[in-house]
Amino acid sequence: MRFELSDEAAALRDAAAGLLAAEVTPAVIRAGWPGGDGGLAGGGLANEGLADEGLANGGLANGGLAGAVWRKLAGLGAVGTLVPAEHGGLGLDENSLVPLLEEIGRSGLPGPAVETIAVAAPLLPRPDILAGDTLVAVRHGDLIPFGQVAGLIVARDGDSMLSFGRNDLDLIPLAAVDGSRMLARVVPAARPAHGGTVLTDDPAVTAAVWQRGVLGTSALLIGLARRMLELTVGYVKQREQFGVPVGSFQAVKHTLASALVAVEFARPMVLAAAWAQAVGAADAGRHTSAAKVLATDAAQLVARTAIQCHGALGYTTEYELHLFAKRVWALAAAWGDPAAHRALIADSLGVADG
Amino acid sequence: MDLRWSSAEEAFRGEARGWLEANVPRGLPSGDTRAGFAAHLDWERALHAARWAVVSWPREYGGREATLWEWLIFEEEYYRAGAPQRVTQNGIFLLAPALFEFGTPPQRDRYLPRMAAAEELWCQGWSEPGAGSDLAAVRSSAVRDAAGGGWRLSGQKTWTTRGAFCTHLFGLFRTDPAAERQGRRHSGLTYFLVPLDAPGVTVRGFPRLDGDEGFADVFFDEVFVPDSDVLGAVDQGWQVAMATAGSERGLTLRSPGRFTASADRLLDLYRERPSAALRDLVVQSWIDAQAYRMFTLQQVTRLADGKPSGPEASLTKLMWSELDVRLHETALALLGPEGEVDGPWTRGFLFSLAGPIYAGTNEIQRNVVAERLLGLPRDPRR
Repeated sequence: MRFELSDEAAALRDAAAGLLAAEVTPAVIRAGWPGGDGGLAGGGLANEGLADEGLANGGLANGGLAGAVWRKLAGLGAVGTLVPAEHGGLGLDENSLVPLLEEIGRSGLPGPAVETIAVAAPLLPRPDILAGDTLVAVRHGDLIPFGQVAGLIVARDGDSMLSFGRNDLDLIPLAAVDGSRMLARVVPAARPAHGGTVLTDDPAVTAAVWQRGVLGTSALLIGLARRMLELTVGYVKQREQFGVPVGSFQAVKHTLASALVAVEFARPMVLAAAWAQAVGAADAGRHTSAAKVLATDAAQLVARTAIQCHGALGYTTEYELHLFAKRVWALAAAWGDPAAHRALIADSLGVADG
Repeated sequence: MDLRWSSAEEAFRGEARGWLEANVPRGLPSGDTRAGFAAHLDWERALHAARWAVVSWPREYGGREATLWEWLIFEEEYYRAGAPQRVTQNGIFLLAPALFEFGTPPQRDRYLPRMAAAEELWCQGWSEPGAGSDLAAVRSSAVRDAAGGGWRLSGQKTWTTRGAFCTHLFGLFRTDPAAERQGRRHSGLTYFLVPLDAPGVTVRGFPRLDGDEGFADVFFDEVFVPDSDVLGAVDQGWQVAMATAGSERGLTLRSPGRFTASADRLLDLYRERPSAALRDLVVQSWIDAQAYRMFTLQQVTRLADGKPSGPEASLTKLMWSELDVRLHETALALLGPEGEVDGPWTRGFLFSLAGPIYAGTNEIQRNVVAERLLGLPRDPRR
């Protein structure tokens, strides 16, 4: 029994954290939004036009700010974390994936990190994907987060995983709460140009890939929660009212302490779920669902707490907090919301629905 | 990461499980009543005879030198088997760590074996009518008795758990009133070990929230305590007490086995009384107990490497105490009108409400988390 990151997992995490801390400025995160301004002009929810404009404006396009960081991250081997060495990857497992994605979440780097690193790359270790040149989106029903910017779209069809080129699907760009999600909707009536390329039709592989998406999203949420807590602690230490830092008031301290408890309570379960997936444990699915529930609830609590503790500053788009909070609200429902995952756990525990 | 038990640990688990299944008594009355306490002592002595009373202690004091991991396994099996509450816990979990760290060899030899065997039963003498969360406000005093080679203790301790049934008390008394007057209120306190049959001690039991006589006032009227029963240095009692406080808030009292077992029983209760409206709460209790287990495995890995437990103990205390209340509230909701009938869930609920209060209220714990883990400024009024 040993609950601790391996040296290789810690090394990848530290390398990525160093790079991201240096490269992912608020300007890089804002560049990932339609219009490239992080929702400053025209309001974050305004629909900014068509897919091509989204691509042109998005910081993820060739030459874009976030795209450049993606390629540097790929240069560390991060995109190929789960790809075997003989296919050009690092040959690591989920134990290394989670700390990496936690740091990406914490940095705020825009882009489909879970979709590309956790889901697509192991199925399709193409050089352009491993190099960070092609980002991959995953279809959820009619919605495709990052559908406006991804070069490739992966979809689950029962026990199979399929891939489509971006032009194979008829996509409408959507305004979304987190503009950097570059959300698109598949036109329901339009048929894809072809039936998709089968990446795997092995039910076990498909299920494992999907679980990895849930796990990776949980890790992003933990990272986002940590970042918002860091921002808020920094703010309440320097913001003075009544002649003292507002962070010296117990009402503020206790609410932030509760937020930290939620994060520290959730984080080990995400790591435990990673370990369970890596060894193929029988209860890996249950732990993964528990991780998503805990990480989502913690991140939502921190988002709410962070905005409250920032006062009116937190209710602006000029300040950077909203860039992280809005991503939490998007990811809360992604890959199964807490209610859906509690229902999965209930089923696996044999607790029938009333 | 490796969340598997070794074959040696699995063998330890098998041995513990086999013994517990064969020996756990059923239907004991509450250990916080006079009759129930006596019945629990029989159980404690059975545990001791089979070397299960203090598994992590050295063999010479009645233990089996179990690792922290084995201790966690034992606790999982203990609560899984539905074994009785540990009426010896204030001695073996709170005083013993202080004795191991600060006790002289004669003190350890004199007190630890009898504590393990439940021959001497210890209660904690910290709280006073005017000193709860603000422990450094203790007024009980100890005056030097040079002729007798010891101290004369006077004052009152209160809310002393099972004080009416115990034989000994460990507690903090003020030995240097000048230090407090000079604003050094954490100095000048000394940690004493006191037999409750000493002349001048009066104990008055009184009921807790559940109605059992689980609390006591302990009055001291110039009670003589020899120098040999001072634990740690004179005037350094605060440091000794804080070492004990870390144990109480942190791991030693509240292993995850207790909560994972409670969560499993909650699932059983739900299966007997399914209610669609409450299913999410039941599942959340299971999730929380598992999360606490994973958090603990992470903490024990640090401790096993010799790293200090530190302010993270406050996170631990907030987690287990609040999940325990939620879990029991959920059970009562499932029971509906039956929830007001005296029974294990109702009693467990009342007991769970003590968790956020004792061992430092959760308000104090949140101060510790905010100031020492998040680095927020101290309250300007303190």
